[in-house]
Amino acid sequence: MQKHFLMAGISAAACISAASSASAVEIEYWQYIYETRVEAMDQLIENFEEANPDITVNQVTFPYADYQTRIVAANMARKGPDVMQLFYGWADKFIAGNLIQPLPEDTFPAAQIEEEFFPIVSAMKRDGQYYGLPTAVRSLALFYNKDLFEEAGIDGPPETLDELVEYGKQLAVRNDAGNFETVGLTLDMAGQDHQWWREVLVRQMGGVPYNEDYTQVTYDDDAAGAEALEFYTNLQKKHGIGAPGFMDEGQAAFRAGRAAMTIDGTFRLGSFNDIEDFEWGVAELPANDEGVQSNYASYFANAIGSSAEGEELEAAVKFLEYISSDEAMQVWLEVVGELPARREAAMTNANMNDPIYGPFLAALPYAHTTLFVDEAAQRQTAIDMANRVFLQDQPVADSVAEAAEQEQAIIGAARD
Amino acid sequence: MVHPTSSDTVPTHPVQPAPRLSMRARSALWVWSFLAIPVLFYCVIRFYPTFNAFWLSLTDWDLMSEAEFIGFENYRRMFADPNFWQTFRNTFEYLIYGTPISLLIAFIIAYYLDKVRFAHNFLRALYFLPYITTAAAMAWVWRWFYQPPPTGLINGALGELGFGQIEFLGSTTNALPSIMVTAIWAGLGFQIIIFMAGLRAIPDTYYEAARIDGLGDWAILRKITLPLLKPTTVFLVVFISIAFLRIFDQVYNMTTNDPGGPLGTTKPLVLMIYETAFSSYDMGYAAAQTVVLFTILLVVSLLQLWILRDRA
Repeated sequence: MQKHFLMAGISAAACISAASSASAVEIEYWQYIYETRVEAMDQLIENFEEANPDITVNQVTFPYADYQTRIVAANMARKGPDVMQLFYGWADKFIAGNLIQPLPEDTFPAAQIEEEFFPIVSAMKRDGQYYGLPTAVRSLALFYNKDLFEEAGIDGPPETLDELVEYGKQLAVRNDAGNFETVGLTLDMAGQDHQWWREVLVRQMGGVPYNEDYTQVTYDDDAAGAEALEFYTNLQKKHGIGAPGFMDEGQAAFRAGRAAMTIDGTFRLGSFNDIEDFEWGVAELPANDEGVQSNYASYFANAIGSSAEGEELEAAVKFLEYISSDEAMQVWLEVVGELPARREAAMTNANMNDPIYGPFLAALPYAHTTLFVDEAAQRQTAIDMANRVFLQDQPVADSVAEAAEQEQAIIGAARD
Repeated sequence: MVHPTSSDTVPTHPVQPAPRLSMRARSALWVWSFLAIPVLFYCVIRFYPTFNAFWLSLTDWDLMSEAEFIGFENYRRMFADPNFWQTFRNTFEYLIYGTPISLLIAFIIAYYLDKVRFAHNFLRALYFLPYITTAAAMAWVWRWFYQPPPTGLINGALGELGFGQIEFLGSTTNALPSIMVTAIWAGLGFQIIIFMAGLRAIPDTYYEAARIDGLGDWAILRKITLPLLKPTTVFLVVFISIAFLRIFDQVYNMTTNDPGGPLGTTKPLVLMIYETAFSSYDMGYAAAQTVVLFTILLVVSLLQLWILRDRA
């Protein structure tokens, strides 16, 4: 009797494996190497394969510095991935180069996406079609060193720009030689400050950094750009709160406990979590006098490669559906620490009340996403703009005008 | 009994040998069959891409879409770009200051090191050490040396001694010389070894004869050492110049936050090419910049060989 069961079991197993191997589909998923991201994706793939035993997902990773080049080169050899992760700012290039295909409208209706996700996903939309969806998003916040705040007798983080300046002055410490021991706020245009200037300060001074579709630079159309740069550069020149280049990088200064405040993104949580020497907290970016708040949000989206077709495309769509689900977002939040891209998954009470995630999440509804055509080159124009004021004492208005002209040229060249 | 084959037979009556290649032709065949691999390698890996770069410089290739011929548009754009001229000037600053300073320091050290007997090998190894160290690692160490207080070693020492602070990498005027110093230091070890080999190759008899004739150290240096060292010097001048024209590692690693900065004052051509190609993916434009760099390298090398040629 037992033998019969065994035989039945074996033959059933054989049938199942034969059936699954007959319809087995293998797809490739690409992303760059970052330990927790790879780990989270491994978990997601495991869950997905359990639910879809006929689909196998192979995760392929590359170092970040190589990542874009690899995708482009693989695409030229027609060996591109079925599903890939890409920075939203690469979308234009990837669409023009026919590296990714639009998401099928029946599985991913645009109206539903816009209802369920944070508005920043629209950066992946071209001509009414979505080309990718994020699992997680990132935003900026003010990190502050609680120990230094306590020493200086300040209760909590600054809520307005005026408070930022005032607290910064109190927190900055110089030695007898006049050199900074501790800065009030880090000044690091090459870090996240250029995003802060572009999408936050310019708007808080009453301006708009770009036109609607980010084809025109508008921060020099009125005085807002210059006022924003003046505010930024005055943090050193007038108020002496910090200095560019202090401890090489803003995040390094904060980690070392030599900066009372720094503006950085969600992605920094992983490295700041190792800090043991002091307590730190996170706060929303300061508002202006009228209470205007803004933020810069960004994300890596998942998209379907242009080479996927037939049953591989079907499998790719299924996989993409899963990795942009609420469940996947919760896994991503727990393993990577990045914020869920869906409102419902993100705005849970537990998440909103979390002292660390809360301030980042609160910013998502009012955050902006700059549509870069060449992030590195555009960042460079902002770095140079600040340096012309810091190092060469160029009048802020002239420097902003020069930056606007350079950035417009970059955008123009990319859109030809 | 096995019948001997014809080749084994002793030619009692001469058999006409099969038409064979002459000794000369055979050795040529051998030589070429051995050379075939490196020649093929060079053609495929070196020359083909080089010529391809010339072609690419006339296109608008962006790695993703098909390359389209656009004539000399990339060159027109380049010559109208103030950033290009800035990097052009920077590159020549590295070359014009870097080469003679390197050469002079290397010679002085080699000249005196050659006379030192005490711990000679140890000292020589010490000088050679930076040359075999990874450029990136050295660049980062120097980067930290140059930091403003409280991290920077140099500024820290200056502060202790009561001097004012110096902005090294954060200044538009000091950054380039600061980086150049590290590049000079890194290359010195090799140049010293080459100079010492050159010095050793000069026969002692010349020096002995000079001493007997009563020549002083200065005269010996001027009349014997330097002229006989000329082939070494020529080699090093060309070698160092090419190295400075291609400077990249030090600059890139010391200015990663603002590559080639501040305000582009340290950016050499190679870094500009790298950014254009692998950050902006503007391959056609990058190829045009590469062609310019290639031309500069060629002209500078030929010019030096011509200037320093043996007039005899």
